[in-house]
Formats: sequence, C-alpha cells, structure tokens
Amino acid sequence: MPEILSYGFMQRALLAGVMIGTIAPLIGVFIVLRRLSLIADTLAHVALAGIAAGLLLKTYPVAGALAAAVVGAVGIERLRVSGRLFGEAALAIFLSGGLAVAVVLISLARGFNVDLFAYLFGAITVVQPRDLWVILGLGLVVLAHVVVFYKELFAITFDEEGARVQGVPVDALNLLLTTLVAVTVVVTMRIVGILLTSALIVIPAITALRLARSFRSTLVIAVACSLAAVVAGTVAAFYLDLAAGGTIVLTALALFGIASVAGGRWPRRARPTS
Amino acid sequence: MRIFGASQKASTAADGVPLVDLEHVCFRYGNEEVLHGVHLQIRRGDFLGIIGPNGAGKTTLVRIMLGLARSQCGHVRLFGSDVRDFRDWQRIGYVPQKAVAFDARFPASVSEVVISGRAGRVGLGRRFTAADQKASLEALETVGMAEFRDRLIGRLSTGQQQRVFIARALANHPDLLVLDEPTVGVDLEAQEQFYGLLRRLNRDMGTALVLVSHDVAVIAKEVTQIACLNRTLAFHGTPHEAIASGAVARMYRADSLIVTHTH
Repeated sequence: MPEILSYGFMQRALLAGVMIGTIAPLIGVFIVLRRLSLIADTLAHVALAGIAAGLLLKTYPVAGALAAAVVGAVGIERLRVSGRLFGEAALAIFLSGGLAVAVVLISLARGFNVDLFAYLFGAITVVQPRDLWVILGLGLVVLAHVVVFYKELFAITFDEEGARVQGVPVDALNLLLTTLVAVTVVVTMRIVGILLTSALIVIPAITALRLARSFRSTLVIAVACSLAAVVAGTVAAFYLDLAAGGTIVLTALALFGIASVAGGRWPRRARPTS
Repeated sequence: MRIFGASQKASTAADGVPLVDLEHVCFRYGNEEVLHGVHLQIRRGDFLGIIGPNGAGKTTLVRIMLGLARSQCGHVRLFGSDVRDFRDWQRIGYVPQKAVAFDARFPASVSEVVISGRAGRVGLGRRFTAADQKASLEALETVGMAEFRDRLIGRLSTGQQQRVFIARALANHPDLLVLDEPTVGVDLEAQEQFYGLLRRLNRDMGTALVLVSHDVAVIAKEVTQIACLNRTLAFHGTPHEAIASGAVARMYRADSLIVTHTH
C-alpha cells in the first residue's frame, strides 16, 4: 500500500474527494448550460454566512451552511421566476447579502480563527469522520436525484418551454436543481474552500463541453476531469505540502487548457452536412 | 407506422370533439390588448395556417393552445376538456421557432434530443424503455434523419435541426402538431422538403397541423384552412375564400404579393 493510503486522514480525504469530485461536475454541467454558472459562487457566499453563524453559536458550522444555502437557493429561484429583477441581479443581491451577513457575524465573533480559514480555503486533509459521513450522505442524495430525474433535467435544460408543453413539472424541477446546487456547494466547500467551490463545479463542466459528442458523454468527461483534478491535487498536497484546494483547481484549469487546444481541432461550429 | 397507444386512443375518442376549441379567447399584456374575442376550432385532419402581421397575437394564441399562457376570458378546451384539467399533453406536439429553442453549442446528440420529447409521457423519475427508443428512431425515420442520430444537434444545418425538432414532437405520436414560424432561417430547398413532410403527416398519418407563418404565399399553397389574425380573427376559411374575400390583402396591404398566387 502506498504511504499516502496508510493514514486515516488521507483515506478520508480521498473518499470525500471522490464523492465531491463526482457530484460537483454533474451539477456543474446543468447550471453552465442553463447559464447559471454564477449561482454556485453566490450560494457559496450565502453558505459562508451560515458557517459564521454556526461558529458564533458554537454549533456544527456545516449545518448552518446547509440551512443558509438551501434558503438562499429557494429565495434566488423565487426571485428569478417572478421576473421582477433584471438578469442576474437576483444573484448579485444574494452574493453581496450573504457576504455582508458573514462579515458582521465574524466581527461579532471577534474576528477570524483557524476554523474559518479552513472553510474559506478548504482543508481536505482535516476531514473528520463526522464530516466524511455528512459528505457521503449529502453526496448520495445529490447523485440519486440526478440519476432519478436525469431525463427531466435534460429536458428542462435543453428546452424549458418544450418540456413545459409536454407536461413536465418545470417549476418544481428548477427548484430541485437549485436546491441540489446548494447542497453541492456545501459539500464541495469542505475540500476546495468557499472561494474556490464554484471553480470545481464549473471548470470540469466547461472542459467537457469542449470535447463532448453527446450529453451523456459530457457528464462522463466532466466527472473524469474533476476526479483527476481532485486526486492529483490531494496527492500533491500530501507529498509536496501544497494547499490542496488551490492545487485541485489549478489541475482542473490545466485540463481545461488541454481540452481547449485539443477541442480546437474539431470545430464546434455548425457544419451543414447535406 | 403508428403502433403505440396514441393513435388508437385518438380514434376511439368521439370524432365530433374538436382537438382545440377556443371560445371568446382574449389576452391583455399590461394595458395592451393582444387578443380579443377569438373563436377558433381545430378538428381532426385539419391543416390550419395562422397568418397576421407582427404583433397580431399569433404567438400568444399558440401559447394559449399549448397551455403556456392562460386566456383571460372565454373558454379553452383541448380534446374536449377544459385546459385547466387537461393532462394529456403528449397528444399535442410543439415545434418552436428554431432561433429561440436552443443554443447551437448545446452538447446533445440528435437521438438524445428526439427521445427527450417523450419525457412527459414516461412519467416523473422513470427511465426511458426500449419502446421509447423505438418510437424515437421511427420519428427520425419519418423525417429522414435516422442516419444523423449520433451527430451533435449543433452540427446540423438549420433545416436538418428543424426536422429533428419535428421528430422530437412526433416521437409522442401527437394528434395535433403546432409549428411556430418553423422555416425562419431555413433555405428554400430545405423548405420545400419541409412542406412535403408536413403534407405527408397531414394526409397520410392524419395529424392535424397548426402552422404559424408570416409567409402568406406558402400558407395559401399548403394549408386547408386559414385564419387571419390581427388581435381578433379577421377571417377563417379556406385559403381560396380568404384571398377572394380580400381579407389577406387588407391584413397586409400588399395586394401584389397575393395576386400572383390566386391562380
């Protein structure tokens, strides 16, 4: 057994990383294609307010993050559907609002501490057994929903109106998808940190878009890129003593660069064939 | 061709019941009256063309038929039931304007797009079965696109994409197919093919068609019924009557365009 696997904390880190590396890009493909890439970043900032509240109240911060992110997700979806705000203004409101609440709560708690830094920048190597169970449990919930509602999620992502005409419950599915983004953000921030969460959700998805030949292959390629980045980043963190979160995202970006060059050889422009 | 339930169900339904029955339909958007007192029936086997100038309410009327917008007065009945109670949405196929329907970079293969047309029929959380695959392939064969089934939808020409969208609607074996400006951006040769396909669907398969278009010449040549819409229904009858009555000319104030197609 390689040295890296002989430590309990690295076993937990890799297990958590594999679960997160699977669900983050799955959700990412849907939100990128729905032009909601910024929603992950927004919900991460809202989750930060929940973490700050959790640290202040000395409860489990992940529970606070989950509650805040889900409430934020429902609020964003409501505002978006109401159509009263222009474009992505709903996201801007929640992003700055979440950050403002977090900053106020942190000042009440008399400033930053080590725990807060772990949530901001990620700390995959300090995943506690309780964290691991939470990550695996929430991850399975997200995965199960994507599998069960795959055909509906495809239909509303490809053509929302066309899905509505067929009687697909579009509004409920939109709410479901936004809630799944919230859960994914909370799970993902554990390893790459709040500030880089949306990177792990979005970058593997756009990498896959460069190479894919079908929707299913987009999902497979996105998960493969993400898992490669997570494992490479975690291993690098162990042997080279680098920050795992940053290394994971840089690896994901490198894969995106490679895919962009390789994908360029098969132009994706519409090419009439007859 | 039509092996599955929909067509049988349709033929057992009372033939006298209109597929779409609009009675005194109206729609206001803020202070602007978009539709006013529209009466319209679509029956089995009809091929109805809806024409009218920009802003005449054509798209709103289509959205009301599809349950995407609610008429603010009167009654909307689909296959005999009130639109609010109607659940049989797979009996109505919809082919949107290509331009608004999707992004050409969307990573979906042709077969994924077509089978997604059956998502509503299969039911929430259930997987597609071999029957769904078969119906999708048959729909692709009907529109002559089966050999392209593994291509990315964005790699096809506009005309081919439009046929894929029709296949997506046909995968449900709908009794009524609603097409909103389907030939915008489609070259002439592909349009010719496209109208040939519509004729076959209407005559050979008995699918009722509603075609919204600004192209009066084409409409007059292809359809069996014509509705001239300008907030209210200015005329409803055969294309020949529509032109003879001058309704089309009044609507467009472009007599020269019409004269060339009256004989």
